[in-house]
Amino acid sequence: MAMFLAYIPPDYGLQRMTIQGKVAELRAELNSGSKKDKNFTQKKIALKKIVANMTMSNNEMVSLFPDDMDDPNPLVRALALRTMSYVHVREFVEATVPLVKRLLRDADPYVRKTAAYCVAKLYDHDKLMVEQSDLIDRLNQLLRDDNPTVVASALASLMDIWERSETIKLTLDYSNASKMVAILPDCSEWGQTYILEALMSYVPQESGEATLLAERIAPRLSHSNSAVVLTCIRVILYLMNYIADEKQISALCRKLSPPLVTLLAKGSEVQYLALRNALLILQRRPDVLRNDIRVFFCKYNDPIYVKVTKLELIFMLANEKNIDEVLTELREYATEVDVHFVRKAVRAIGKLAIKIEPAARRCINLLLELVSTKVPYIVQEATVVIRNIFRKYPNQYESIIGVLCEHLDSLDEPEAKAAMVWVIGQYADRIENSDALLEDFLYSFAEEPVEVQLALLTATVKLFIQRPTKGQDLVPRVLKWATEETDNPDLRDRAYMYWRLLSTDVNLAKQIVMGEKPPITAESEKLDPQTLEEMCLNVGTLATIYLKPVQTVFRSARPRRLADSPALQKHSLPTSQNLPTFDANKSLSMFGMGGQPAVVRPGNNAAAANPASGGVAGTPDNENMAGAVSDADAYFAGVGSQRMAAMGIHDDGFGGGTGNEAGYVVNQFAPQQVLQPAQGLGSNGDLLML
Amino acid sequence: MLSGILIFNQKGENLIFRHLEPPSPVAILTLGSTTFSHVKHENIYLVAITKSNANAALVFEFLYRLIQLGRGYFAKFDEEAVKNNFVLVYELLDEIIDFGYPQNTETDTLKMYITTEGVKSERAPEDSAKITMQATGALSWRKADVKYRKNEAFVDVIEDVNLLMSATGAVLRADVTGQIIMRAYLSGTPECKFGLNDRLLLDHDGLQSLPSGNKLGTKATKAAAGSVTLEDCQFHQCVKLGKFDSDRIISFVPPDGEFELMRYRATENVNLPFKVHAIVNEVGKTKVEYSIGLKANFGSKLFATNVVVRIPTPLNTARITERCTQGKAKYEPSENHIVWKIGRFTGQSEFVLSAEADLTSMTNQKAWSRPPLSLSFSLLMFTSSGLLVRYLKVFEKSNYPSVKWVRYMTRAGSYEIRY
Repeated sequence: MAMFLAYIPPDYGLQRMTIQGKVAELRAELNSGSKKDKNFTQKKIALKKIVANMTMSNNEMVSLFPDDMDDPNPLVRALALRTMSYVHVREFVEATVPLVKRLLRDADPYVRKTAAYCVAKLYDHDKLMVEQSDLIDRLNQLLRDDNPTVVASALASLMDIWERSETIKLTLDYSNASKMVAILPDCSEWGQTYILEALMSYVPQESGEATLLAERIAPRLSHSNSAVVLTCIRVILYLMNYIADEKQISALCRKLSPPLVTLLAKGSEVQYLALRNALLILQRRPDVLRNDIRVFFCKYNDPIYVKVTKLELIFMLANEKNIDEVLTELREYATEVDVHFVRKAVRAIGKLAIKIEPAARRCINLLLELVSTKVPYIVQEATVVIRNIFRKYPNQYESIIGVLCEHLDSLDEPEAKAAMVWVIGQYADRIENSDALLEDFLYSFAEEPVEVQLALLTATVKLFIQRPTKGQDLVPRVLKWATEETDNPDLRDRAYMYWRLLSTDVNLAKQIVMGEKPPITAESEKLDPQTLEEMCLNVGTLATIYLKPVQTVFRSARPRRLADSPALQKHSLPTSQNLPTFDANKSLSMFGMGGQPAVVRPGNNAAAANPASGGVAGTPDNENMAGAVSDADAYFAGVGSQRMAAMGIHDDGFGGGTGNEAGYVVNQFAPQQVLQPAQGLGSNGDLLML
Repeated sequence: MLSGILIFNQKGENLIFRHLEPPSPVAILTLGSTTFSHVKHENIYLVAITKSNANAALVFEFLYRLIQLGRGYFAKFDEEAVKNNFVLVYELLDEIIDFGYPQNTETDTLKMYITTEGVKSERAPEDSAKITMQATGALSWRKADVKYRKNEAFVDVIEDVNLLMSATGAVLRADVTGQIIMRAYLSGTPECKFGLNDRLLLDHDGLQSLPSGNKLGTKATKAAAGSVTLEDCQFHQCVKLGKFDSDRIISFVPPDGEFELMRYRATENVNLPFKVHAIVNEVGKTKVEYSIGLKANFGSKLFATNVVVRIPTPLNTARITERCTQGKAKYEPSENHIVWKIGRFTGQSEFVLSAEADLTSMTNQKAWSRPPLSLSFSLLMFTSSGLLVRYLKVFEKSNYPSVKWVRYMTRAGSYEIRY
C-alpha cells in the first residue's frame, strides 16, 4: 500500500510548498540507502513511490531528474536525459528543454549524441515549442563537432525533424556535402547510413561535383552492412542524374552490379529487398546487371517470394542472346511443386515470346511441350499466354490451335476459358468444328462468370461474321440470352450493340468486329516515369518492396523529386518517350495499370541551356579522377570545422522549395496552363510528347 | 525511423515490446501505413514496427544485428533466453536504439556497460569516459586496453561453393561465396594488413587506371600463376574502405576475438570438388531406377568429410532397394529422399550408388517434379575459388611478435544437380 500513500494530488496553488517538500522527501529517501539495506528494499520502495506518482500524473516528479544530469558520470547523465525525454508529458517536455540545451554542449561525446536525438524527440512532442526556441540552431552547431558519431547523430536528428515538418528545408552545399563524405570512414555503420541519407538533400550544381562525390562514396559499396550498401546505391543513382559524361555514368553503373548481387548472399529478407530494388534499378539504368542473369536463377530452396521476384528479373534481363539458357531454366521451374510459381513461370515463357520476336517459335514449342503434361493449371496458364501470342503475331502460329483444342475439358478457370473462347471466335473460319466447340461452351452460358459470357458473346458474333451458315442458329440464341436473361449491364449493352450492328450492315460489322487490333507488348508492367523517378530516390526503403508511389503506401511521407539545377541531365531522365509508351488497350498487364499518367515537359529553353552546363562543369578526365578524389579527401579533411557552419536546416517560413520543384514534371491531370509557359503547341489540350 | 520492436514466440505470445515513440494520438492504427517487418530466429519472431517509409535495409540489418547481439549475450537467443533476461533485453534495446535510430551495436563495447549490474554514479568517471569514447569513437568495435601474453591471430577462409548443373551436365551456375573469419587475440591497438592472391580485377574499367596501376600490375603478374578474380568483396566495418578502393590494401584494426573480416564472391574458374553423374530413369509408371556416380575431384592427399547426397524419390514410393560401393544409404520416407552418407571421402576416388524405387500406383497419375539432387560436404585445406592468404602483417607500437594461423575450408552451399 506504500505506493498509494505516496500519491500527492496535483498542484493546487497553496499546496505547492508541501509538494516540493514531498519531492525532497522522496529524494532523501532514495539517497538514504544505508549499508544495512543489503537488498535495496528501501530504495525499491522509494522508486515505487516515484513511479506511482508519475503514473498518477503527478508531474512534480520531474524535478527529480536534473540532479542526475549533473552527475560526474557521463553514462548516468546520458541515461537520465534519455529517460526523461521519453516521457510524453507536457511538464517533462518543458523541463527537458533547458537541460538539452546545456547537454548539447557537454564535454562528453556520448552525452552530446544523446542530446542530439533528444531535440528530434522534443520536436515530435511539441513542434511549436522547438521552433520557437533556438534548439535547431544549437543542433546545427553540433554539425561542427569533432566527433564523427556526434555529427552523424545530429544529422539523423535534423533529417528526422525535416521529415516531420512542411516548413523546414534542408539545404546542403557542395563543401558541406564533401565534408560529410570525408568523415564517413570514421562513423559507425549506422552513422554512415544516416550521412548517406542526408546526402540526398545535396543538389549538385555542376556535373563535375556530382561525379567526384559519387566516386568518393563508392568505396562504401563494399561495406558488409546492407543498409550502407543500398543507401550508397541510392545516392549514386541520384547523383547520376546530374552527371553529363556518359562514360562516367557507365563506369558507375558497372560498380553498382556486384554489390547488388552480393546482397543475395544475405538473409532472405535482405535478398528480397535487393531483388525488388534490382527490378527498380533495371528500369532506370538497364546497364546495371546486364550480364548477370545467371545469378538470378532460382535455388530449389529459395523462399517463394524470392523465387517469384527472381523470375521477374529473369524476364527483364532475357534477350536474344541468352534466351535458350532462360527457356531451359523456365522449363525446370514449370515442373516444380509450388503451383503459384509454376503459373508464373509458364506466364513468363508466353511473355518472352512476345518480348523477343526471334525466339517466339522456341517459346511456343516449350509451351506446347508443357501443355502435353496435361497438368490442368499448366494447360490453363499456357492457354492464356498463347492467346496473347496470337494477338502479337497474327496468322503465324495458328497451327497450334489443334493442340489447344485437345485440352478443352481441363479448362475450368474463367481467364483460361475466356482466352480459349477468344481463340475459337477469332479463328472460327480455320477451326473446322468451331460452331460445335462454341456450342459446348454455350451450354453452360448462364452459369459462367461475366468475363467468359462476354468472350462467348463476341466469339459467337465473330463466328457468324466469318461463317454465316454455321453461326446463324447460335447468334440469335446468344443475343437473346445476353439481352433478356442477364442482369449485367455490360453484357446487355454489348449484346444490344452487336444486335444493332448486325441488323444494320453486316459488312460494317465485319470491319468493326474483325478489325485490326492495336499491337501488344510485354513491357506494360514497367513503372510510369514519374513513379520511377520518385522510387529511384527511395532505393532501399519500404516503398521499393511495393514498387508503388510512396504516397499511396505512406500517406504522410514527404514527396521527393529531383531538384532542378544547371547540372540536371534533363534529356536523360525517364519520360514517356524513352520508356515504352503506355497503351490503355493492352491486355497483358497483371496489375491493370490502364491509364498511366503521362509526363509533359515544359519548354525547350531549359533543355537548350543544358548542353552548355556539361561543358562548364569541367568534368575531370578519367586519368585525373582518382587523383581528384584523393585530393578532395585531403582537402576536406583539412578544412576547419567552421566551414561546416554554413550547413544545415533553415526555417524559411512557408512552402520552402516547392517553387522550383514543381518545374519540370507535371501530371497530365494538372491544369494545362500551369505546366507549359513556353510550349505554344498545346492548343487542343492533348498530351504533348516533346 | 523505427517506432517499436517486438519479440514474439511461436504461439504469438508477446515477449518483448519496446515502444520507441509516444503512442499515436489516434487510437486506431491504420495498418495501411504501419509496417511490421519481421525476422525469425530459433523459436522467436523479431518484429520491427515502422510508420513511415523507412529504410528497409536498415530495419532488417538491425534485426539481424539484434540476433547477433542476443547470441553474444545469451549464447542462444531463443524464447527461454528472452524470458530469463527481460530486464537485460530491455536495457539493451534502450541502448542500441534511440528514438528509432540504431546506435552502437557492437557486442564487445556494449558488454562493457550494459550488464546486469547497473551503472553507479560513484564509479570513477574516467572509466565511464573511456566507455563513452569507445561507444562514439572511430574504433567503436575495439576495447583500448586488451592484453594477451601470447599474441595470436587465426584466419579461417570458409568457402561455400554453389553449383547448379543441368540434366545434360552443363554448369548453369557455379559460384563461390566466401567468408574470412578472423579470431584476433592481439594486445593493444594492432594495425593489420592482409593480402590475398586476388588478381586485382575488381574493376577492369578505364577509371581504375590509377597512377599506382603499374606497380599493382607487376605484382599481379608475379602472382598470376595462382591468382583469383574476386567478383565483389564486402568488409567488416573495421576495414578502411578508402584504402582498399585506392590501392587494394586490406588494412584494419581488428575487434577483439572472433569477427567476420570479409565476404567475397568469385564466379570464374570455380573448382568443383565433386563431380556427380546421375542417371535416373522412370521405368513405366511403377519403377524408378537410379545410378549415381560421385567422383572426388581434388588431390588424393586431401579428404572430404560428412559427404551427404540427398537423392529425391517420387511421392508415391513404396519401397527402395539400394546398393553403394562406399558409405551408407538409407531411404527416408518422411523427406522423400534417399540419404547417402560417406564419412570420409579421399581425393580422386569414385563411388557409385544404384537404387530402385518401386512406386505404388495412383489413380491420379501426376508427373513427378524431379527436384534436384543435392550434396553437402566439407573439405579442409581446399578453396574452390583458388583463393590463398598471402600475408597477414601486424603492426603495433610495442612491436611484439605474433603468431598467425590460416585454415581453409570448402563447404557445399547449394550444390544441386538436375537429372
